Amino acid sequence: MRIRGLELAVGFFMLAGALALLVLALKVSGLTLSEGSRSYKVYALFENIGGLTSRSKVTMSGVKIGHVTAIVLDEDQLMARVEMAIDSNVNYLSLDSSASILTSGLLGEKYIGITTGADEEMLQDGDFIEDTQSALVLEELIGKFLFNEATE
Amino acid sequence: MFTKIQALGAAGLDKLEAFGRSGIILSQAVFAIPGRQAWPLFIQQLYSVGVLSLIIIIVSGLFIGMVLSLQGYTILVDYGSEQAVGQMVALSLVRELSPVVTALLFAGRAGSALTAEIGLMKATEQLSSLEMIGVDPLRRIIAPRFWAGMLSLPLLSMIFSVVGIWGGMLVGVDWLGIYEGSFWSNMQNSVDFSEDVVNGLIKALVFGVAVTWIAVYQGYDSVPTSEGISQATTRTVVYASLAVLGLDFILTALMFGDL
Repeated sequence: MRIRGLELAVGFFMLAGALALLVLALKVSGLTLSEGSRSYKVYALFENIGGLTSRSKVTMSGVKIGHVTAIVLDEDQLMARVEMAIDSNVNYLSLDSSASILTSGLLGEKYIGITTGADEEMLQDGDFIEDTQSALVLEELIGKFLFNEATE
Repeated sequence: MFTKIQALGAAGLDKLEAFGRSGIILSQAVFAIPGRQAWPLFIQQLYSVGVLSLIIIIVSGLFIGMVLSLQGYTILVDYGSEQAVGQMVALSLVRELSPVVTALLFAGRAGSALTAEIGLMKATEQLSSLEMIGVDPLRRIIAPRFWAGMLSLPLLSMIFSVVGIWGGMLVGVDWLGIYEGSFWSNMQNSVDFSEDVVNGLIKALVFGVAVTWIAVYQGYDSVPTSEGISQATTRTVVYASLAVLGLDFILTALMFGDL
């Protein structure tokens, strides 16, 4: 009889541990089970990525449609080449879409915002987004402002 | 001069020998997975090592989460980004605090008890009696305890994280008035399952092996006197705590240090 009580307690303990892991997975890390995480790769060249890092989000009208997977320096163009994984159900981005690096809030994290164009053809896996706008770097902005003040 | 160098060499050899003996115990305990016969022994150990540690883990997890939330809020509110408290509490708990603090508490609560129990068994010659009647004490005494400790620590660490995050929410959302939606969404945006939660789980597993190994070995290798047992128990807590903190740095460097 004593071993039965023990087994019951141990069973509840194991259950609590497994439940805790489940809570961490679903509630804390926001893992969704039904995520058919199929995506396609799109590239873009930026003059300056500011503070963009991999795993930054890629949005369209503020809605998250993918994330940055890699950032490397392109040796031919001497610009930053950003590799993005876009969810495969978002397959209506036209070929002349533009990508810009935006900041959420004044001090917040950097993310990529995508605006579609009017082209009939859609972005495919491996395509490049031609029209890009770099991150706003505060020092450059201040520098420009001071320069304008000085020339006036 | 030479006698001193000789003493140094002897001490080094002693340490090395002890390390070798503990390695033998570890390998034998690892391969003696509790089978059907040893099942009741294993359950018994899971109960005394895992279930009985639940209270201290839950209480300390709750308070650590609450303190983290309170401290984070007082700093972050100056920058107007108090909704990042959820992210801070969850990341620091899942990545670092819950495996480390759980392992430290576990070493104090369960590790010392294991050492004292096994040490007393040795002192009262229960271990030698077992051997006399043809029962392998490694299989019957050491292996169930080792496996129970190794399994309990990750479970306890997960419970610690959840309770800590709940405590953080209690203070942050219900008391200090952070908006609940941004608290959770910030947390979910920044915590990655495979990167943060699974790495925390791996840490807890490694700490579980280290702490139980040290506890079991110190008991098995103790000097069978009352003084020897007290020394062995102290050594368990000290060595296990140091091992956990040292291993934590190495594991963090490997997991999050982009090596």
